[in-house]
Amino acid sequence: MYRYIVTRLLLAIPTLAGAAALVFVLMRLIPGDVCVIRLGAGGSHVDPASLAACRQQLGLDDPMIVQFLHFLWSYATFDFGISMWSGNPVTHEIAIRLPVSLEVAVLATVIAILIAIPLGTISALKENTWLDHFVRVVAIAGIATPSFWLGIMSLVLVLDITFLATGHAWRPPITFVSFWQDPLGNLAIVFLPAITVGYRYSAVTMRLTRSAMLEVLREDYIRTARAKGLLEQIIVNRHALKNALLPVVTLIGIEFAFLIGGLVVTEQVFNLNGIGRLLVQAVQNQDNVLAQALVMLVVAVFVFANLVVDVLYAWLDPRIRYS
Amino acid sequence: MYMRTGLWAAGLGLAVAIAAVPAGAQTPNRGGTLTYMIPADAPPSFDGHRETTYATVHVGAPFYSVLIRVPPDNPASTTEFVCDLCTEMPKPTDGGKTYTFKIRQDVKFHDGAKLTAQDVATSWNYIVFPPKGVSSARVSFYEMVDKIEAPDDATVIFRLKRPTTAFLPALADPYTWIYKKETLEKDPHWYEKNILGSGPFKFVAYEVGQSIKGARNPDYYHKGQPYLDAIEGIFADKQSVRVEALRGDRAAIEFRGLPPSARDQLVKEAGKDIVVQDSDWNCGNILTPNHKKKPFDDVRVRRALALAIDQWAGAPALAKIANVRTVGGIVFPGSPLAATKEELQQIAGFWPDIEKSRAEAKRLLKEAGAEGLKFELLNRNVDQPYKYVGTWAVAEWKKIGLNVEQKVVPTGPWFSNMRAGTFDVAMEANCQSVVNPVLDTGKYLPHTVYPENYGGYEDQKSIDLYEKMQIETDLAAQRAAMRAYEKHTLDTMTHEIVLPYWYRIVLARSYVKGWKISPSHYLNQDLANIWLDK
Repeated sequence: MYRYIVTRLLLAIPTLAGAAALVFVLMRLIPGDVCVIRLGAGGSHVDPASLAACRQQLGLDDPMIVQFLHFLWSYATFDFGISMWSGNPVTHEIAIRLPVSLEVAVLATVIAILIAIPLGTISALKENTWLDHFVRVVAIAGIATPSFWLGIMSLVLVLDITFLATGHAWRPPITFVSFWQDPLGNLAIVFLPAITVGYRYSAVTMRLTRSAMLEVLREDYIRTARAKGLLEQIIVNRHALKNALLPVVTLIGIEFAFLIGGLVVTEQVFNLNGIGRLLVQAVQNQDNVLAQALVMLVVAVFVFANLVVDVLYAWLDPRIRYS
Repeated sequence: MYMRTGLWAAGLGLAVAIAAVPAGAQTPNRGGTLTYMIPADAPPSFDGHRETTYATVHVGAPFYSVLIRVPPDNPASTTEFVCDLCTEMPKPTDGGKTYTFKIRQDVKFHDGAKLTAQDVATSWNYIVFPPKGVSSARVSFYEMVDKIEAPDDATVIFRLKRPTTAFLPALADPYTWIYKKETLEKDPHWYEKNILGSGPFKFVAYEVGQSIKGARNPDYYHKGQPYLDAIEGIFADKQSVRVEALRGDRAAIEFRGLPPSARDQLVKEAGKDIVVQDSDWNCGNILTPNHKKKPFDDVRVRRALALAIDQWAGAPALAKIANVRTVGGIVFPGSPLAATKEELQQIAGFWPDIEKSRAEAKRLLKEAGAEGLKFELLNRNVDQPYKYVGTWAVAEWKKIGLNVEQKVVPTGPWFSNMRAGTFDVAMEANCQSVVNPVLDTGKYLPHTVYPENYGGYEDQKSIDLYEKMQIETDLAAQRAAMRAYEKHTLDTMTHEIVLPYWYRIVLARSYVKGWKISPSHYLNQDLANIWLDK
């Protein structure tokens, strides 16, 4: 197993290098540059000398190959560079935002698992009953509902309910506080975004749990277990669910990795200063250094999440052995 | 509520409708914290000399002093300037070429060091003549400055190459913060990441993408000010977040400006708890035909594009949904140098009879062999007001048989296409801070003289007319010269098509007093005169 993990980690290097090359080229295919945006986005006069000085300072005048080699070398030496927009180290920019995105992602994942696995299982066990239909409607609605709409509606709902109940509309705070500073204040900020994201996330997971459970419940070994007179609870929990969870775990891993950089809309709606919003800003500002670092972060999270999922497979299904 | 007709009288100033009780009628309360929204994610840096975004001004202005400024109690004035660090506005000597400022002796930086004329002169020298490796975004504004000296700790002298009416407005630029000489000379990049000024508020804390906080400067030299104990600016790029913050009274004001829909919604819901201040904005969209591409090299085609647009009917209709309102020429409508309505109506694209105008447009297109012309309008991916105005222009052109597709791209590609000349017609913007018609109208000069003109034309006559206007110091003569330059630019050659000026709508909770709107979101942002009536 350890050898497998080390091999997977080594194989991640060409994956990361390939992703690095791709993001480097893609960022430079966008016409314009950070200096033009920085000096002229307001619509006022752009001084040519300032523009030239800015480009020289940021190395934008260097040939593309020089920029690429510099980029590769800096990553090889774990120097992720300085943001072209703010002048701060990108590690600093990311470190400020990562806890916000991570907290929402973890909370959303917990919410999704708590909703999806029980409901998906019940839906499969009660196939084609009103309960199954109801769960499926809830799941399809979750998949079909845009998260920005759901975010706004959840805010409106909370406003209305608290107003009707107390005569005073409760609104979540607009600036972030960490959980360690103010646990209640922190939860007041992240709870609604986590619910919003978690619902959509749970809907996808619920559908997969149901279909995986249905498939497993039709397997011969389940029939055998039932024939042996095993308790239904044991059949479901010990034999069916554990096997059905294999694809579900894969999905949860991928979705979690996606949440780290993919909460763009939710972060905008709830004014969360997270990684998704930072990535959008970096691309809008054509801050290549920061955008590259963020994409690489997301790629690294995906690679790591996939590895964790593969390791979990072995735990869930003892027949799986890695060598 | 909105005044329109009065705008056309030269020197009248801005149409400012203030729903609040005039601040002068009440004695300011002291204390409290002003929470305001900053419509940005974060400024690129804190260095006003280097940056051009309003995010830097909205963040930094409360912490800094400037030499002169627009009057905080009348920021709508386009001709009046008052001292901040100087003791009185100087009378120019040496035939208008020398301005001697006496500097206040009671000013301290927030670290306790005394501010002297040396700090003022050094800051200005870094702005006007930046040393190698130092970026100054407004060097071209001060092309008329020959030398800046501080013969003693109380005097700063600006020596100009020639007298010009553009100098004082340029000197009142809101980004020209006074830094500490010692710090600046030790590390000119220090102010990019740090704040140390002598303004009404002392810097307390900054959280990237979240907020900036300041506390009252007890040593502030304008006695009695600031009224507030503290300020907190909250960053929110998303408009819905800012509107919601105002509605929920979690923020008291947003200074940049919100669209009419937000105003109508908030006023409807919050009633008298929300007050509105609005003003013409020293920003506007311009349509730039690419003279290097056929058939836009033909003045008849360019003229037809201008004649097709019904500015007089379009502006009030657009004002209901977009941040635009007043029809104007190349000069901001509130300026004494601006064209009157009657003068504008002599120019192509501003004729009062739109049927006659469109008939002439069709005739010109036929004559130029460009009937049913198909082309692309390059526009920026910004809703307010770019896309609204762009959609309107496309619809207007359709009325003379043109087939126009609007290509909306993000800011980077928008700039890049304009700079590379890879467009047919571009929707540009000309957005300035202090109303300074002489500098502001430089935008309409050929690219060889003004690098940020993307029309791709050469026109010596245009340069000559601008030069004549620029060196004129007599207001009436300068106004006449401006009309000639405007007529040539918009009518005779139709190098550009000026669309209705933007309209600034600032919403605030009704307890915010003392602050008055200006024609620019860059101006009057030190917050010293704001107080809270609660």
